Amino acid sequence: MKYDGFHWGLAIDLNLCVGCNSCVIACQAENNIPVVGKEEVRRRRIMHWIKIDRYYSDTPDDPKVYFQPITCQHCDNAPCENVCPVSATNHSSEGLNQMTYNRCIGTKYCINNCPYKVRRFNWFRYTNNKAFDFNTASDLGKMVLNPDVTVRERGVVEKCSFCVQRIQEKKLQAKLENRTLRDNEIKTACMQACPAGAIIFGNLNDRNSKVSGIFENPRRYHLLEELHTLPSVGYLTKVWNDEESKS
Amino acid sequence: MYNRKIRGPLVEGNKTFSQISKEILSPMETSPGLWWYVAFGLASIAAVFGFYAIYITVSRGIGTWGVNNSVGWGWEIVNFVWWIGIGHAGTAFSIFLLILRQRWRTSINRAAEAMTVIAVMSAALFPALHMGRVWLAFYIFPYPNTRGPLWVNFNSPLFWDFIAITAYLLISFSFWYLGMLPDFATIRDRTKSKIKKAIYAFFGMGWTGSSHHWIRFESLSFILGGIAAVLVVSVHSIVSTDFAVGIEPGWHTTLFPPYFVVGAIFSGFAMVMTLMVIVRKIYKLTDYITDNHMDAIARILVFISLIMGTAYTTEVFIAWYSGNEYEMFTFFRNRITGDYTFQFWGMIICNALIPQLFWFRKVRRSWVGLLAVSLLINLGMWFERFNIVVTSLSKDFLPSNWVSYNPTYIEIGVYLGTLGLFTAGILLFFRYIPIMAISEVKSVAHIGNKKDD
Repeated sequence: MKYDGFHWGLAIDLNLCVGCNSCVIACQAENNIPVVGKEEVRRRRIMHWIKIDRYYSDTPDDPKVYFQPITCQHCDNAPCENVCPVSATNHSSEGLNQMTYNRCIGTKYCINNCPYKVRRFNWFRYTNNKAFDFNTASDLGKMVLNPDVTVRERGVVEKCSFCVQRIQEKKLQAKLENRTLRDNEIKTACMQACPAGAIIFGNLNDRNSKVSGIFENPRRYHLLEELHTLPSVGYLTKVWNDEESKS
Repeated sequence: MYNRKIRGPLVEGNKTFSQISKEILSPMETSPGLWWYVAFGLASIAAVFGFYAIYITVSRGIGTWGVNNSVGWGWEIVNFVWWIGIGHAGTAFSIFLLILRQRWRTSINRAAEAMTVIAVMSAALFPALHMGRVWLAFYIFPYPNTRGPLWVNFNSPLFWDFIAITAYLLISFSFWYLGMLPDFATIRDRTKSKIKKAIYAFFGMGWTGSSHHWIRFESLSFILGGIAAVLVVSVHSIVSTDFAVGIEPGWHTTLFPPYFVVGAIFSGFAMVMTLMVIVRKIYKLTDYITDNHMDAIARILVFISLIMGTAYTTEVFIAWYSGNEYEMFTFFRNRITGDYTFQFWGMIICNALIPQLFWFRKVRRSWVGLLAVSLLINLGMWFERFNIVVTSLSKDFLPSNWVSYNPTYIEIGVYLGTLGLFTAGILLFFRYIPIMAISEVKSVAHIGNKKDD
């Protein structure tokens, strides 16, 4: 896949991730993600655009714990894109897998065909709905909403956008100042909130960018890369120093 | 001359033409029994419950169903595929048996085609309802519009689906309706009620039975038959691409198109059998739908059942032979064993094993046997669709996404509603449209009868 200008990418270092969930909450605040309540979460309808998976190995008495933040992988060969009957999810010229809410009719085919299952559906009308009186129903609750991000209607699919509103803002600023974008100038909400600096966002087309450097690391792998989805999110595998912990 | 009877007479009892008209039209000309009103009442109650469920779905959202972040399609798509499968009966009967010159089809094809039209309409309800924003469903229509123009995604199997089903509904409806013209004219000429005469005269389109009319009628039947023959194969192949184009384990397989088409014809024939067992019993039409007719359908079913068994075995074998761990997991840990064993083994037993009873003449000749096996096949075909849609989605690639899926009463209500609509539609069909193509039955009345031999 070739992109002329930017090719946005995200690197997540699993060695650094401590599973604190800051990224999840930062993303929720930034992107106006509805809080749906305990009952809906129990029905597996959580709306988070980024989630932290937990895996265990070794014995239950002395387990090793692995954290893996999972967000939309922004695949360059995305299985969700070709199945949408109305092209509501499509690929930008900068490698973003983008959702056009206004176009979405909610067939949920993309949700099914995403091997990472990171797409979220608005099962109910969460806005102005007293049944979900959290952050999108009352005037007080709505004070937390971000004016730069659309609030989604019932029946549409949503997912991680790589904080496209921040990308556009910084691009515009750079254009007004008649300069090119600096590396690390754009920070996604998850990256900004990560206390360990495990999440790095940047331009993969720029060989000197930090994210490109991390992508060169031999620890880098892609989630389910055998499916040839060509994700723009790269992970650095976790390495344990077993010798030291034994002594 | 050596005379070997493969099949008995197609119409028993040496009937005259006027006798045939009278007997076939008798369900329409006599008032229906109490059973009809009871059945229609029950079907209406189910339909009303269905409308309530649809109202809740549309007014509150898909959240009222049991589907979730991992299992995006549940009962609604299972039922959609199930109804479409049943909707293959009419065209399969009319077209395949027409091409194969099986003239025994004449007393059954009208009912089978009616079933097709009603089943496809029931099926078409589900893809609309499962949309999050059904009021924008017209976005899927490919027409030059004022929104850009924004065109549909021609790569999407859902779009192909939309085209295939619309075409199928139009063609099977035309085939069914135009085939009824001579019969509508017969009713027009026989009825004594002025209102009835006016209505059937309108739908009869001025049919006089002249040679010109018959010639045009015959050529039109062949043209529509030719188009429909393609559709029998294409519709369910395209429905199968909804899954085969996906990358989910258990979906992504080239076996699906033929496997779906055969499965559809299987469920269609089974539904025809269910209906015919009931019709011939209630309306005493055993002279027209003879034991030999039922025998022939049973033989077709046992043959298709063997194909289905082969397909199921092939799927499991290829999952193992591919060495793909996701496929292996889906088939061996989530279907053969695991949370969905009931549905998997239900499918195998109902579709591949139980129809083997049709090898026995005794079963083929007993109406209880025919009814029981045909109902079990329909149940088994429902299990098959459940297996495909739900088990693959419930546990796919990443263990953190694994969920179980249970329908809510709203989802079940929509399904009950379509069952009610279907039954009510069939009952109305019995009442207002000749159950058999009278003219066609007349054309085969002499075949196999002693007088003729």
